[in-house]
Amino acid sequence: MANKIVQKRELAPKTVLFEIEAPHIAERGRAGQFVILRVSEWGERIPLTIAHREPARGTITIVVQEVGKTTGDLNCLEVGEDILDLAGPLGRPTRIPAGGKTVVCVGGGIGNAVVWPQVAALKEAGNTVISILGARTRELLILEDEIRALSDETIVTTDDGSYGRKGMVTHALQDLIDGGRSLDEVICIGPVIMMKFVCKTTQPYGIPTQASLNPIMVDGTGMCGACRVTVGGQTRFACVEGPEFDGHQVDFDELMKRLSYYQPEERLALEKAHACRLEAAAARLAAAQDQN
Amino acid sequence: MSDSRKSQRNINKAKTKTPMREQDPLQRIYNFEEVPLGYSETEAVQEARRCIQCKNKPCISGCPVGIDIPQFMRLIGEENFEEALRLIKSKNFLPAICGRVCPQEDQCELHCTLNKPDKGREPGAVGRVERFIGDYAMEHGLDALPAIDPPTGKRVAIIGSGPAGLTCASDLIQRGHQVTVFEALHKPGGVLFYGIPQFRLPKEILVREIDGLKKMGVEFVMNYPVGKAESMESIRQRFDATFIGTGAGLPWFLNIPGENLNGVYSANEFLTRVNLMGGYRFPHAADTPVKRIKRIAVIGAGNTAMDSARTAQRLQPEIVYLVYRRSRLEMPARIEEIHHAEQEGIKFHLLHSPVEIVDDGNGCVGAIRCQEMQLGEPDASGRRRPVPIEGRTREFAVDTVVIAIGTSPNPLLLADCPDLARHPKKGTILVDEQTMQTSWPDVFAGGDIVTGGATVILAMGAGRKAATAMHRFLTTGSAGPAPAAEQPAGQEA
Repeated sequence: MANKIVQKRELAPKTVLFEIEAPHIAERGRAGQFVILRVSEWGERIPLTIAHREPARGTITIVVQEVGKTTGDLNCLEVGEDILDLAGPLGRPTRIPAGGKTVVCVGGGIGNAVVWPQVAALKEAGNTVISILGARTRELLILEDEIRALSDETIVTTDDGSYGRKGMVTHALQDLIDGGRSLDEVICIGPVIMMKFVCKTTQPYGIPTQASLNPIMVDGTGMCGACRVTVGGQTRFACVEGPEFDGHQVDFDELMKRLSYYQPEERLALEKAHACRLEAAAARLAAAQDQN
Repeated sequence: MSDSRKSQRNINKAKTKTPMREQDPLQRIYNFEEVPLGYSETEAVQEARRCIQCKNKPCISGCPVGIDIPQFMRLIGEENFEEALRLIKSKNFLPAICGRVCPQEDQCELHCTLNKPDKGREPGAVGRVERFIGDYAMEHGLDALPAIDPPTGKRVAIIGSGPAGLTCASDLIQRGHQVTVFEALHKPGGVLFYGIPQFRLPKEILVREIDGLKKMGVEFVMNYPVGKAESMESIRQRFDATFIGTGAGLPWFLNIPGENLNGVYSANEFLTRVNLMGGYRFPHAADTPVKRIKRIAVIGAGNTAMDSARTAQRLQPEIVYLVYRRSRLEMPARIEEIHHAEQEGIKFHLLHSPVEIVDDGNGCVGAIRCQEMQLGEPDASGRRRPVPIEGRTREFAVDTVVIAIGTSPNPLLLADCPDLARHPKKGTILVDEQTMQTSWPDVFAGGDIVTGGATVILAMGAGRKAATAMHRFLTTGSAGPAPAAEQPAGQEA
């Protein structure tokens, strides 16, 4: 279990796809599940969704957007290097209808990495899948080809209209509903604010909507409760009871507040990491000059 | 008794324990170093000679693993450290750890013949002497590996690397079985790593004990949550016997308003951030943040609550409160821990029951509101029930609340074993008390997953008991003679 990186590919600025050797996770993982990893001694444990699995190759794929120190450190790793610690598959798999249903998968930003395995699982079970993929702008749209190849229909939206339809994913979803399409279920994953409004869009029509939540986690095995979310007035642990819940029951405002709690510390860690990386780069330059 | 033995023993008639030097409270709240500094050789010998070698040896019955304590104290008193070490290691392979974290005052020392508080006489300081020999062994490189029996060809899986699992692994590897320990987290040790703080159990000691097990041939697999990474069914196929020691790690909350505000932690999260993840060194030497706490309330009065409060005190806040709904007499924590907490300036609010955590207006903790209580009639636990005093509530301004009121069994593995017999209410695994065998004959269990939240030494005792039965099971096919009446439903003899 060396967790060796076998492929690294930049999908968008600061967004990197890694394929990692992890045979038992590749075999046991299901759509919607995640891994917890660490990249250094005294590093953080962070959860990342399993975007794709290749059981025959014994690999899993994760997509990492650099938002803080740990994701920055991770994205500095190269092919051939190992991820220090990798545990999974964690969480419950996405509930996949047995077939014959029309399901809309809504992904926003990095959330497309979660939509990818969901679309694959939904199709494999014999459902019709309409994917709505959103991004702020064209260059941030990820995994379009992969998801388009699996979906029956794919709608792309960008906030600035640089690609696909201009507007939000909720506009595209509303149009589908207004167009009289019979939709059996919606699954959404992306920024919390996006999921909140997707759920608000479907609620009046009573379309069952699953939201894949991304709270802060520490152990990811049900031990700490950092990831607790309120669903239907009840406290639930996203790591063992989720990460997917009935979106019409989720308290998204609480989730947003909880996600923001460590922002000052995250900034501090990032500033320090930048300073470290600059120092390291300066040292490398100095060493190179000494040699010359 | 011969004259020579008498002169060797040289009894020390002091009424009280030989004091152990401690870090000064005003100094130690600025560091995470250990608080009690341990006995020197002279001090340990002096204390061991207080043991009067009484005939009844009541201390032994107070020890969950049945160490021959008078014999141990005699050997130390005679400065025969190597022999004393051999004796204790035959029953307890982690003396450096147990000497520190066992509640001796409720076990061996409680039963000590010397223990006469009304006459101002203290028991022999068994725990301190035990810690001495554990540390002495490490310092002098005496932790020679025990003899390993010839290979049996049997394979054993241990799930969970806490005190129960480590003890079970140690015993079974010595019997010649092949032992693999699976741990969900990235460090082995379970609660010894994530829960018990550095200042009470230095991690270096734990690491050293685990390295010893590795040298004996125990294989450790980290980051491997059985039930998720591999099914229990597959584990049972791959191994001839399995021990489950996954502990009670699922934290309870109070179910009061405001509990999901930012700044409310379970004790597990708070201690994990600080101990396992090293958060007290953020951002310089660790990446997991711990907030700059100003005013904190810890709820509960067990050892975990004391650990949380004392950990919080080391993060340099203005004030640490400990809030408990009963009185001092009912506090479940060790006396030593309560004493240390008070020395370190933690302010106790006893007979206060939290009723609401108040929002500061920004989704963070602003205060904790408590109902004042008084003691009524004894309840089912035999402790006097706290009852509210009508109309009396108090509010304490805090920015952080840590809830340390107990835990339930860890859910990950159990979710994968729906057919394993469990306690209908507590959810703990049901076992035969003699053999620790579960309703699945090849699967044994022990520690907090069976008892609910208890102590390190009880978990170690359970790990040892299970190992004995597992060895019998692996060599004879039967875990041992157990009265049928005590077996849980569905169990095969």
